[in-house]
Amino acid sequence: MRILIRGARVIDPGFLDGRMDVLVQEGRITDIQPPGILPPPAGNDVAIYEASGYILAPGLIDMHVHFREPGQEYKETIASGCRAAAAGGFTAVCTMPNTIPVNDNAQITRFILSQAAKACGVRVYPVGAISKSLDGKSLSEFGEMKGAGAVAVTDDGKPVMNSLMMRRAMEYAGGLDLPVISHCEDMDLAHGGSMNEGAVATRMGLSGIPNAAETIMVLRDIALCELTGARLHIAHVSTRESVRAIREAKKHGIPVTAETAPHYFTLTEDAARNYNTHAKMNPPLRTQHDVDAICEGLADGTLDVIATDHAPHSPVEKDVEFDQAANGIIGLETSLALGLRLVESGVLSLTRLIEKMSTHPAGILGLASGLKIGQPADITLFDPDRTWTVDARRFESISRNTPFDGWTLKGKAVLTMVDGIVLMESL
Amino acid sequence: MAENRTYLKITAMLKFTKKDILEISSLSVEEITLILDTAERMKEISERPVKKVPTLRGKTVVLYFYEPSTRTRTSFDIAAKRLSADSISLSGSTSSMVKGETLIDTARNLEAMKPDVIILRHPSAGAPHMLARAVSASIINAGDGMHAHPTQALLDMLTVRQHKGTLAGLRIAIIGDIAHSRVARSDCEGFTKMGAGVILCAPPTLIPKGIESYGVSVTSDINQAIDGADVIMMLRIQKERQSGFFFPSEREYSRRYGLNLEKLKSARSDVLIMHPGPINRGLEISPDVADGPHSIILDQVTNGVAVRMALLYLVTGGTRNADSD
Repeated sequence: MRILIRGARVIDPGFLDGRMDVLVQEGRITDIQPPGILPPPAGNDVAIYEASGYILAPGLIDMHVHFREPGQEYKETIASGCRAAAAGGFTAVCTMPNTIPVNDNAQITRFILSQAAKACGVRVYPVGAISKSLDGKSLSEFGEMKGAGAVAVTDDGKPVMNSLMMRRAMEYAGGLDLPVISHCEDMDLAHGGSMNEGAVATRMGLSGIPNAAETIMVLRDIALCELTGARLHIAHVSTRESVRAIREAKKHGIPVTAETAPHYFTLTEDAARNYNTHAKMNPPLRTQHDVDAICEGLADGTLDVIATDHAPHSPVEKDVEFDQAANGIIGLETSLALGLRLVESGVLSLTRLIEKMSTHPAGILGLASGLKIGQPADITLFDPDRTWTVDARRFESISRNTPFDGWTLKGKAVLTMVDGIVLMESL
Repeated sequence: MAENRTYLKITAMLKFTKKDILEISSLSVEEITLILDTAERMKEISERPVKKVPTLRGKTVVLYFYEPSTRTRTSFDIAAKRLSADSISLSGSTSSMVKGETLIDTARNLEAMKPDVIILRHPSAGAPHMLARAVSASIINAGDGMHAHPTQALLDMLTVRQHKGTLAGLRIAIIGDIAHSRVARSDCEGFTKMGAGVILCAPPTLIPKGIESYGVSVTSDINQAIDGADVIMMLRIQKERQSGFFFPSEREYSRRYGLNLEKLKSARSDVLIMHPGPINRGLEISPDVADGPHSIILDQVTNGVAVRMALLYLVTGGTRNADSD
C-alpha cells in the first residue's frame, strides 16, 4: 500500500513547517518533499489524498483517557474509545488504570493490550496503578506491568494521600524509568465537595472544593520530585496556583511536566449553573482567573500537554442530583477543535498546539514522535477551518456526557492514520 | 347564601404565571408582594370555625419528603387540606427511594398519576429543579440541601412585614450556621430583594465563601450584628457540625454566638426575635429569649400555613382563573 498526501501544510514541531507532499509506503513515511517533486505512485493499491488547505501533523496523542474496559463496558469499551480517538484525530491514547478490576497487575495490562489489538488500530498505552486496587496501601508491581506494556503509573481518580508511599512510588518508578502521573487532590481539604468553592457554589447550595486542595498536593509532589529526582507528571491542572508552582519548579530544574484539559482552558464554574452535571468533574471547573492562568501556562510552556481526561459516563451516573452525579466528561471528539480555539485567540501557535497534543506527550512517555523518514506513519490530517456543530448523539464514544453538545466549533480531523493504515477519513 | 362566604375572593392586579416555586431568585418583587398579600387573605380562613374552603377541590397535592420534616410537612399538609385539595404524603422510607429508584424515575411515575402539585424536600441541592424539568406538575421546593427554602423565606418576610409594616429599609441580622443553611440563603435573597439590609453573623468557619455576593454584609462579632437590628433571626446549630472542625465546643459556641438576655440588652427596644426552628434551647437561643416578649417565633409557624396556602392557590392558577369567576 502506497499513499501520497499532497499539498498539506506539514508541521513537525522543531523540524518541518511548510507545504509538502508526504509519501507513505509499507506503513512508514518514506519521503517528504515540496509539492510536485514526488511522482504519483503508480500501480494497484495506491491512494492519493489532495490535502491542500489542511494541516498534516504527527499523530495526536491523548495521554489521559478512561476507557471503561474491563468492568464498565456500558460506558465505553476499548474498541469504542479507540473509534472516538480516531474520529478526534488521535493515533494513540494512554488509558488510566481505574477500571474494574484495576489495572494494577500485568494480567490486566495484557488484557487491555489484547482488546486494543482487536480494536480499530489506535495505539493504546496502558498506565498502571501506583497502589493495588487504588487503595493507597501497597505498591502495585510496576516492573511486571512495565514488562507487559505499561508506560507510566498513576492512581488517577484518586490522590496518593500518604506522602511516604508517594515518595517510594517515585523512587521505585524512577528506577524503571516510568513517569509517575499524579492526580493532585488533598481529599481532606476537598471534603466531598462537588464543585469549585466560591460564590457560585455557595449560591447553589453546594459544598465547594478550594483551589488549595489541588495546589497543596502539587507543591508536595514537586517537593518529592526534587527529593527523589524521579520524573513527575501532574495530571489535569486546573488552578492558577498550580501553574505558578509548576513554573517555579521548572525554573529550578526539577523534572516535572504537566497537563491540562480543554475544559480547564475553555469553561468556568458558571457552566455548572442550573445544576448541569455535564459540567461536573474533578478537579472542578474554576474561575476566569484560573482559565487565564492556564492559558498563560500553556503559552509560556509551564503546561506541556493538553490531554482530555476523557471520562465516559452513562445517564445512570449523570441524570441524577448534582451532588450524586459522577465526575468527568468525554473529550476525545472535541479536543482538537477546542485546542484550535487557543490558536484562533493567539494563546498558542499551531506548532505549539501540535507539540502539546503530540510530540510533548510522546517525549514524556518515551514514544516515537514527529514525522521522520523511515518512521511508522502515524499521521493526523485536519482542516483548521471546517466549522461544525457538536452533536453528541453522533459521537463514536458510547457515552454522551459533554458540556460542549450543540457548540459550533472550528477545526476537525479529516484523516487519522496509524502505521500507514487509514483509521478515519472524511476529506 | 351562607355557602358564598366560604369561597375565597381574591382580586389581584397581577396574574401569577410561575409553574414552580424553586427559589426566591426566580421571583420578582411584584410576585413576592402578590404572594404575601395573598397569604394575608388566607390567614383569615384558618381563624374560621370551619377552616376549609373548596378552592382546590379536585386538585391533588403530593408531599414528597426525602428528608425528615415535621413542621414544614405538616404546614403544607394543613395548607392543602384547608383549600380542599387531596394531599398524599410520601416519605423517604415509604417511597421507592429505598428500593433504588432514581429521582427522575420516581418523578415520572408520580407524573403518570397526574398530580397538580408536587412539594419536594430533598437532601440534594437542585433536586427540585431536576424534577421541574421532568414533570408538568407544579413543583414547590420545600427545602433542597443547603440551597434554598423559599417558602420559609416567604413566611419570614410575611411575619416581619406584619410587625413592621414594610420590609424596605429594615436591618435584618441572621446569626448562626450560615454555611449549611438553606434558610439563610433564601432569606438573604428575599430580604435584600425587598429592600432590607441583611447582616450575617457566625464564626468564620460557618460563613461560606462568596456569600457577600447576595449584597449582604458579614461579621463574626455578634454585638455588631445585634447593634441596630430590627430583626434578629437565629439559626439552628446542628450538633454534628462539631465533627467538621467548625467550632471547638457547644459551650464556646453558645457563649460567643448564642442569643441571651445579656446580649439582647444592646439591641433595639423593638427588636423582633425569629427562628426557623427547630430550636436548640440553651444552645443558640436561651429559653427566656425564645419565649420572651420580642419573640415572634410562633407567628412564623402560623404564617407558614398561610404562605403555603397562597402558593398552592397561585401555582394552580388562582389568579389566572380570577377573570372567569
